[in-house]
Amino acid sequence: MELFLHQILAGLATGGIYACMALAVVMIYQAIDHLNFAQGEMAMFSTFVAWQLMQWGAPFWVAFVVTIVLSFGAGVVIERVVFKPIREAPVLSHVVVFIALLAILNSAAGFIWDYQIKSFPSPFGSGPLFGQNLISPHDAGMIAVTLVLLVLLYLFFLHTRVGLAMRAAAANPESARLAGIRVGWMIALGWGMAAAIGAVAGMMIAPVVFLEPQMMLSILLYGFAAAVVGGLTSPGGAVLGGFAVGIIENLAGTYIPVVGRELKLSIALSIIVVVLLVKPNGLFGRRVVTRV
Amino acid sequence: MTALLEARDLCAFYGDTQVLFGLELAVEEGSITTLLGANGAGKTTTLRSLSGMVRTRGDIRFDGRSLAGQATESIVRRGIAHVPQGRGTFSRQTVEENLKIGAMARRDRAGIAGDIERVYGYFPRLKTRRRQQAGTLSGGEQQMLAVGRALMLRPRLMLLDEPSFGLAPIIVAELLDILGALNRSDRVSMLLVEQNAAIALELAHHAYLIETGRLVMAGSAAELRANENIRKSYLGY
Repeated sequence: MELFLHQILAGLATGGIYACMALAVVMIYQAIDHLNFAQGEMAMFSTFVAWQLMQWGAPFWVAFVVTIVLSFGAGVVIERVVFKPIREAPVLSHVVVFIALLAILNSAAGFIWDYQIKSFPSPFGSGPLFGQNLISPHDAGMIAVTLVLLVLLYLFFLHTRVGLAMRAAAANPESARLAGIRVGWMIALGWGMAAAIGAVAGMMIAPVVFLEPQMMLSILLYGFAAAVVGGLTSPGGAVLGGFAVGIIENLAGTYIPVVGRELKLSIALSIIVVVLLVKPNGLFGRRVVTRV
Repeated sequence: MTALLEARDLCAFYGDTQVLFGLELAVEEGSITTLLGANGAGKTTTLRSLSGMVRTRGDIRFDGRSLAGQATESIVRRGIAHVPQGRGTFSRQTVEENLKIGAMARRDRAGIAGDIERVYGYFPRLKTRRRQQAGTLSGGEQQMLAVGRALMLRPRLMLLDEPSFGLAPIIVAELLDILGALNRSDRVSMLLVEQNAAIALELAHHAYLIETGRLVMAGSAAELRANENIRKSYLGY
């Protein structure tokens, strides 16, 4: 029973990270109707930036905040410089640019910081938390940070003017323009926020998976799985999907003997395939109906 | 005569296809002008040209300043509210959020709150449904919401694209009454596109008739109503 509870809690902790990645993916998908394959590499790069800041002597939380701000700015710049000019271009152009961005960020990180695996400090300390062994301090910290982030995002989107403008721009860009909303800037803002959320996910998961240019590859796959489970059109669904995928992954890895460590990643892919077959719009997604 | 909006030699294109051919039209300050024409004559395109939503050539002036090459958002922010065909409802947002979206170009918190109440005053049914998702409203209610959203801009000019489309006659009458009242009380100028020429000519002061992207007739609403061709082709008696 204790093992079961432990696995659930650990699943919630990594699930929070998947939820963040899923949310970042969904935010950009809502804005431009494309899946950002480079979301993971953006987060990885941000995490390296945080590491570098700490190497230069910044305390963890200072590096954390500075990295979030820098990532936000970089997200906005990427949208303005790379994606704004190809806004009307077909899907394939977007795919190519996403892959290019992925490759560039990956090799740039390798070039600047090399491919050696680095450890990344946890701000939450080690050792048993409150004298129990059910959940590690870092796992608990991850859950707390994710929850705070999710609540902030919820408040932002539901209770601020800019949040409403962003929702309007995503829901109906043409009508949003007719209300005087600068849709292009709302999309850029979405990119900045997605990059910042990814940065948080990267910095939180790095103490677990260690820091290296490939670190976010599997995390992003889980994030995609979470987004697909929740439905790419539903931020809330993506978050629930993230937690669900985290728990499923952990339980399957523990209780299904065949799965073990090596096959864990294929669970994410299986989830994607099964959901797409059974419920293509995800559990919470909206069916897109086009009127002819 | 002071023209609030003036288009000279307005041509519009979808890709390489030209759809408007040198339109000349004006909307006087404080007036209601209607643009009549059959299906496919280019009425909607004319409104979309004025809002910067299609590629155009020619000169468009609003309040003496050119709108050429301006982004839709910027044109709207000058005070031109466009109520599009299909109503442009934000269907997953609530009725009240829809109204707030309409005020995005403004900054005055108190004024916005007051204007929301004012719109509810014109359309009490929207008030009872304020927390409802706008997509669940009936067609008539969505049209009222679209007009309400446009009013939230405090526009100087409203471009109305077939507000009567798909609505029951009694709803149309109610809606047009409110538009007329707004025009008299706030001096909101309007450019009204309608297929239903009879109701449009009743409400409007001036009228234009276009056919296949070309202007064929212009004059006061009374003149057009009296015209034999218009009577036969568009009014049907």
